[in-house]
Amino acid sequence: MRRFILLLCTSVVFAQVPFERIVNADREPGNWLTYSRNYQGHRYTPLDQITPANVAGLKVKWAHQFPTGNNEVSPIVVDNVMFVTGPNEAEALDVHTGRSLWKWKRPIPEDYQNIGFGRVNRGAAILGDKLYVATLDCYLVALDAKSGQERWTTQVADYKPGYSMTMAPLAIKGKVVVGISGGEAGIRGFIDAYDAKTGQRSWRFYTIPGPGEPGHDSWRSDGWKTGGGSTWVTGSYDPQLNLVYWGVGNPGPDWNGDSRPGDNLYTCSLVALDGDTGALRWHFQFTPHDTHDWDSTHVPVIFDGEIRGKARKLIGVANRNAFYYVLDRQSGEFLAGKPYAKQTWATGLDDRGRPMVVPETEPSEKGTLVWPNLNGATVWFSPSYSPKAGLFYVAVRETGATYYKREADYKPGTFFAGGGQQELPNDDVWGAIKALEPTTGRQVWEFRLLSPPWAGVLSTAGGLVFSGSNEGNFYALDAKTGEPLWDFQTGGPIGANPISFNIDGRQHIAIAANRVLYVLGL
Amino acid sequence: MLGLSYLWAQTTLDPPGDPAWGKKLFESQCALCHGQTGTGGRGPNLHRPKLDHAPDDGALRKLISEGINPEMPGAWQLSAREVASVAAYVRALGTVPVEPVAGDPGRGAKVYLSKGCVGCHMIRGEGSGYGPELTGIGARRNAAYLRESVVAPEASVPEGFLLVEVATNAGTTERGVRLNEDTFSIQLKDAKGEFHSYRKADLKDIRKLRGKSPMPSYAGGLTPDELTDLVAYLASLRGQS
Repeated sequence: MRRFILLLCTSVVFAQVPFERIVNADREPGNWLTYSRNYQGHRYTPLDQITPANVAGLKVKWAHQFPTGNNEVSPIVVDNVMFVTGPNEAEALDVHTGRSLWKWKRPIPEDYQNIGFGRVNRGAAILGDKLYVATLDCYLVALDAKSGQERWTTQVADYKPGYSMTMAPLAIKGKVVVGISGGEAGIRGFIDAYDAKTGQRSWRFYTIPGPGEPGHDSWRSDGWKTGGGSTWVTGSYDPQLNLVYWGVGNPGPDWNGDSRPGDNLYTCSLVALDGDTGALRWHFQFTPHDTHDWDSTHVPVIFDGEIRGKARKLIGVANRNAFYYVLDRQSGEFLAGKPYAKQTWATGLDDRGRPMVVPETEPSEKGTLVWPNLNGATVWFSPSYSPKAGLFYVAVRETGATYYKREADYKPGTFFAGGGQQELPNDDVWGAIKALEPTTGRQVWEFRLLSPPWAGVLSTAGGLVFSGSNEGNFYALDAKTGEPLWDFQTGGPIGANPISFNIDGRQHIAIAANRVLYVLGL
Repeated sequence: MLGLSYLWAQTTLDPPGDPAWGKKLFESQCALCHGQTGTGGRGPNLHRPKLDHAPDDGALRKLISEGINPEMPGAWQLSAREVASVAAYVRALGTVPVEPVAGDPGRGAKVYLSKGCVGCHMIRGEGSGYGPELTGIGARRNAAYLRESVVAPEASVPEGFLLVEVATNAGTTERGVRLNEDTFSIQLKDAKGEFHSYRKADLKDIRKLRGKSPMPSYAGGLTPDELTDLVAYLASLRGQS
């Protein structure tokens, strides 16, 4: 009898994941069904067993070794199965033991070039009975979640001119939404949605409007053809409004804007797209005519709050350009914004949220020292929003750089950057986890890190904030005060987002650190 | 015959590189990861005489052209001459050219031994590892820099070398070279070569003595001739062979 119960407890029962399960993710906090756990981009877990009082007892329960290093994956956990990905790879793991249930791999072509980023993958999406994985060579692949066998494979773009995919797809109602990398290769960016069952493309939104389209006049030259506008970080989604919110990357060439006069829409913007058609509902451009590589590729965070005495549907973005923004998510109206990190390029934001740019802060032949550096005050790794604490948490990079402007000649499949930066010495830069008031951006607390981080933030209903450092520390802070409560040396730089889920009803935390994924519990 | 040998040279030797042209190419194609002046960023610092992945010029050209899978893309779009130029520029970053240096390296070697330099430095496996390793120092630093380092060590402390003084909550203090540090801990090596590791929560003060060096000035401890000979010796140290 005892043996029978044990078998029952550890058996893997995998159910389908219809859209409604993801919409109602809070009803099953033991799973982690989409990139940010919920469509709202919160990276927050309602699980509360691990608390400030007991977090010191966290221990490694199992570890998984990846075949390559620098893993950025944020796993998906569904009904006792964890799905992890790497470059052109996916694997299903038993959550009880970490043992592999199946593996899938697609060869990376010999002539594939990763121009301006690493060979990474940030995770998978799940919908129905399929797992969706985006590949470096620009295919969207639907795998049978139970076997890892391919159901369909669709080419999203040709990798040869520099298109690539590193983000986790976002599965919404009947569709899988993806974005592309390649902002340093003179691509023309887009956001695509594919039919989840067939792999047929449902819609495409070009982030660089073509002739005759609204916004095209923000490109006063042929520069739009190589205008960049990549879309390499997973967006968020409002199921009630049926709007997909997605960040758009930098214009190209990055540091030399001479060939692309104008605001260069919709680069460095947040776009709100109709989930059924991909039609643009609104856009907000954070950095018009960017020349510092400040992609607006972040996870936008959906929340409701009161602004000037009025209840509003909001969306918050801690931008790479060092400003935190609050927008109305129905209209895109700018409501509030302020710097959350050191910046020297703007005196502030005007009433409509447009930056008031300090003269002569563009890259130059001799070099121009500007904060933040090209990686920005934050970048792709996720922020977190705790509805319980009422705080927005962001991993912050406090560093400037000397920006240089150089010639840029477009050759398909090569760097089209027009300059670069010289970083400040290591001991002149630092990092932090900052807690902001979501409706204003006012800083509530900060916890300082030795160096500018590359890891995202997880907040928990238990009152904790988890993140990682470049030096391998995985740590927990008090969500209310930022006080450090626990840390663990993983042995490798952490450049990934943490998640939380249950194993047999007990809360666990997972984080990738270079080659190893750790699963920790009490 | 002359024509034939010229043809032979053209077809079998790599084209010569122009470092000035290589600099331009580097700034537009490589600076994104290696920094505008090659001191590193996402990619490694290239200001070093020996590159981990490119032991010789041929390997360096091949590496630039083909990349390092998976972390570095190959510059397949560059011609052989352009690749050679980038290679020449990169090679020059970490190496100072051989220059005529006054003094006698042989006598300088004796000064090095008699003045106790071996107490802190290592050359070809001999000495102590507290200070920087000097086997290839002449390839990395010119004679003027080496002279300054001997008479005024704090004028230019080597990159990554940091002297730290800590005071513990228990009331003790320690001073040493920083071996490693993260947000929660720091590791030091004191002048005797002993390792010390601290949780930062156990420290009430961490003083990073930027620009400070544990090496004393030898301005008063050497005659002008001894100094010249010592610099000549250090400048002659260009690698293992």
